[in-house]
Amino acid sequence: MADEVQIDQEVYDRLIGEGKSERIARAKAKAAAVRKSKIAEGASLGPKPAEENTKALEEFRSKAGEGGGVATATKTADAGAEGGRLTPEERAARVSASLGNGGEPASMGVPAESAHTHRLLALVPPAGIQQVQSKQMDKVYTWPHLLLVEFVSLLAVGALLLVMSFFLDAPLGTLANANEVPAINKAPWYFMGLQELLAYFHPMTAGVTMPGVALVLLMAAPYVDKNPSSRPENRKVANMAFTFFMVFWTILVMIGSFFRGPGYEWVWPWVQGLGFQL
Amino acid sequence: MPKPPTFNDVRTSVQDNVIWKSIFRPGSIYRKGYRDTSRDRALAAMNNVLYHLHPVKVKRHGLKLTYTYCLGGLSFFLFVLLTITGIFLMFFYTPAAGAGAELAYLDMREIEASVTFGSLVRNMHRWAAHLMVFTVFLHMARVFYHGAYKPPREFNWVVGVILLLLTLLLSFTGYLLPWDQLALWAVTVGTDMMGFTPVFGDQVQFVLLGGVEIGPSTLLRWYVLHVLFIPFVTVVFLAVHFWRIRKDGGISGPL
Ligand code: HEM
Repeated sequence: MADEVQIDQEVYDRLIGEGKSERIARAKAKAAAVRKSKIAEGASLGPKPAEENTKALEEFRSKAGEGGGVATATKTADAGAEGGRLTPEERAARVSASLGNGGEPASMGVPAESAHTHRLLALVPPAGIQQVQSKQMDKVYTWPHLLLVEFVSLLAVGALLLVMSFFLDAPLGTLANANEVPAINKAPWYFMGLQELLAYFHPMTAGVTMPGVALVLLMAAPYVDKNPSSRPENRKVANMAFTFFMVFWTILVMIGSFFRGPGYEWVWPWVQGLGFQL
Repeated sequence: MPKPPTFNDVRTSVQDNVIWKSIFRPGSIYRKGYRDTSRDRALAAMNNVLYHLHPVKVKRHGLKLTYTYCLGGLSFFLFVLLTITGIFLMFFYTPAAGAGAELAYLDMREIEASVTFGSLVRNMHRWAAHLMVFTVFLHMARVFYHGAYKPPREFNWVVGVILLLLTLLLSFTGYLLPWDQLALWAVTVGTDMMGFTPVFGDQVQFVLLGGVEIGPSTLLRWYVLHVLFIPFVTVVFLAVHFWRIRKDGGISGPL
């Protein structure tokens, strides 16, 4: 391999003579050669004096203002107006300066001739940036994965309904007659729980208070249940309470639907027949 | 004789014009064709009205049938199906009753007997309604067992409970419309209970029935509620429900 940088032979020989290793002697001799050539060009060596640094920074900033298109964050941070924030006019002026478009005011919206429907670049103060805290997750594309699942389940349920409607007719009894109370008189199945409660409690309790309280409890559930965990093993109480609620309700609906006959008396559906219509 | 145009010629002339391009957005697969690449999969979701409902990507575990059991989606599908079959039925139904003008009941008979597909569509409307109440219930249960109502989804649960209520009301108002004995007396049981509302009981019942007991004005009132008012309110809450699902970071979990 050819040595691209010259080495200072004099320094090299001296260091070897002092018993330094070949590697160190070569490195120091290289550095000496570079230093020598810099001095020959008239460059100053070592750290710059402080005032020279400040001058360089000032020069850089004034250039940036004229169209360097950089350091906007710095400019925002040390802008004079209230608490370091720019007024919209100041900001527009800064933007136009940094875009170097010759003092024309920067557009505050989408340029008329633009093909884009959004502004692609804007200066946003750090406080205006929303902190999104979400973990990277295992994700798949909606198309085709999710849409396919949805489409299949939709077809399946659609087909089920079609077949069911082909073979099972919806009930249509005799004309409504307000003077003729039918022997079996029941609400639709989803209200049978309430009607069953009506057999035990005063109508106001069964028909208004209890469903009202249940509804409020249901709506309040997320605010009452402060347990942050979603794992079944950590929320046995909540799950048991809800299961109890559901089972209780299902039993009421079942009794009301299947075990109540004429005059809302108790019947056995396999003996007296099914007093239930959908 | 000029050569017949090839398939590609036809496609180019159909797609390469102002009208086609005004319909399909830049990047749409109907402009550029679809290749099975990540880019085109993303574009298929983005350049689609479904983008209002679905993001480009979804959590993998949410796809498993046993996570959502598709219950929310199926509830929505049933709602759409009920809207379609319901509009069909509206063409043949008059919400009028009363001695000598039992139009509602006679129209029901007519739909069953002589309207083409009338019976089938009525059956579908009826069974889909029952099924929807059922799927919404089950959807609520699955959301509960997944703890999916926990922050930030508390409010969407509340919206859900309102949707459950609206579903029940939709179903119940529809129950009266056939105007047969089953309808009249099932609704009587329900509205009698509302009469026991403390303080305002009589007023509540009067407003709901359009009178002191169920009659022709109740039918008209419940018809308007059933085909217009409650569906409208439901759509508004559905929009909020779906919007919140996405804003709350998509489907909950994994557990
Ligand atoms: C008309 C009735 C309803 C429709 C069409 C509907 C639709 C949906 C859909 C499509 C989803 C997406 C996830 C899924 O499919 O499970 C969802 C999620 C959700 N729904 Fe419903 N919903 C309804 C009623 C309800 C009810 C009654 C509740 C609770 C009381 C509820 C609470 C929620 C919550 C909390 C989520 C978020 C679940 C998660 O992130 O895992 N919704 N809903």
